[in-house]
Amino acid sequence: MLRVDGTQHRLVVDSRTTLLDALRERLGVTSPKKGCDHGQCGACTVLLDGRRANSCLALAVAHQDADIVTAAGLGDSEELHPLQRAFITHDAFQCGYCTPGQICSAVGMLREVQAGWPSAVSGDLDVDVVVLDDQEIAERMSGNLCRCAAYANIVPAIREVARG
Amino acid sequence: MRPFVYQRAVDVAGAVAILAQAPQGMFLAGGTNLVDLMRLGVATPDVLVDVRRLTSDRIEDLPDGGLRIGAAVPNSELAADRRVRRRYPMLSQALLDGASGQLRNLATTGGNLLQRTRCVYFQNLTTPCNKRQPGSGCSALEGYNRELAVLGWSPACVATHPSDMAVAMVALDAVVRTQGPGGERAIPLTGLHRLPGDHPERDTVLEHGELITAVDLPSLGWATRSRYRKVRDRASYAFALVSVAAAVDVADGVVRDVRLALGGVAHKPWRASRAEAALRDAPATAERFGEAAEAELAAARPLAGNAFKVPLARNAIVRTLLDLTEEQQ
Repeated sequence: MLRVDGTQHRLVVDSRTTLLDALRERLGVTSPKKGCDHGQCGACTVLLDGRRANSCLALAVAHQDADIVTAAGLGDSEELHPLQRAFITHDAFQCGYCTPGQICSAVGMLREVQAGWPSAVSGDLDVDVVVLDDQEIAERMSGNLCRCAAYANIVPAIREVARG
Repeated sequence: MRPFVYQRAVDVAGAVAILAQAPQGMFLAGGTNLVDLMRLGVATPDVLVDVRRLTSDRIEDLPDGGLRIGAAVPNSELAADRRVRRRYPMLSQALLDGASGQLRNLATTGGNLLQRTRCVYFQNLTTPCNKRQPGSGCSALEGYNRELAVLGWSPACVATHPSDMAVAMVALDAVVRTQGPGGERAIPLTGLHRLPGDHPERDTVLEHGELITAVDLPSLGWATRSRYRKVRDRASYAFALVSVAAAVDVADGVVRDVRLALGGVAHKPWRASRAEAALRDAPATAERFGEAAEAELAAARPLAGNAFKVPLARNAIVRTLLDLTEEQQ
């Protein structure tokens, strides 16, 4: 049983099936993308029980009963998620292949910031409030590669949403 | 990927019992390294026992002021834990310097310790590798070895251990708690990982079917002044060329005590005991820090592609110790 973007799915899979393949090939949920299939590019990022994770490295059988949210489940064509709107406004993509992963990752990342989690570039580890400057955004989003190199627009898009 | 049977157990003893009957079986935790190695054909278990929900995912205070970290605690939660950030900042830094935000959410404490080398030949089935296929030879010894070991290697294997977390934990005298077919035991982390010798296929001293259940960090009051410095080719999301974990206690310009470990230089997280001995009761000066680093690195035998790591490690040690001691003076 997998709960994907609010819908329950019951399915039987080979034990070798990754969560990414179960979503794309079995359930037709194609917003998580297969880039490297090694956990290196972040295109397959989904929210797994609220936290961002690489779905290409997760076995579907190991995440039965998980609550999975993909970029397609964050908003709809009527009401886009604020990060989706900001990516459009800031032209934060070119080919768009990495974008669903970027957006899921950014949603998870902003929750981590809200929880006060530090990053490798946070000077003082023992502060309660993270100041999300561009360096922090770049570090926290380093698990998402963009081969079109739209980073110069991705960072401002995320910054705008982070500052409300 | 080779077919395998996926199994869950009701408790740790049950998981251990399953693997006792499955000589080719393996435990699965976060899967960030194992699933990739299975897809590459490097790992070929016929049984996978999912232990992610079996060991503790909590961080508990120990009576002596230390911490007990459940094996299932994700790397992201461990890095963010207030007590870790305050008591052992170098451990938080080491975790945050490793992998990516997504990977840290999946990866567990036990799994991080048991991740395999990223040596390109180990991950490539078409090339000989003694670690992957004992007796086939080491392609890296005279091949591409820029990222590989300068200390403790053998002609059979020049791989490095990839973990950042383990380097900080080795410096902190962490103790690994396990449960296996022979019962429970506590293993000092300095003795968990092996040097390659003639058996590079064995990364650790764990027996088949022995599961890491927790990692204990002893109390070390002055580790509040500690630091992890990682040198790598990219500013983020890359393995260490060299890393340094250091805690130092200085009074009146003299080193009273110190903990020092290196990453990216050996088959195991490298506790720099020689440098520590040279530093105790020595003046906290750049000159003495350099001498201590050189004492540790005197045993280094660089390969054709990685001689740069020796001065890099020396300078990273000196810079880290200076940063820490200048803060205290």
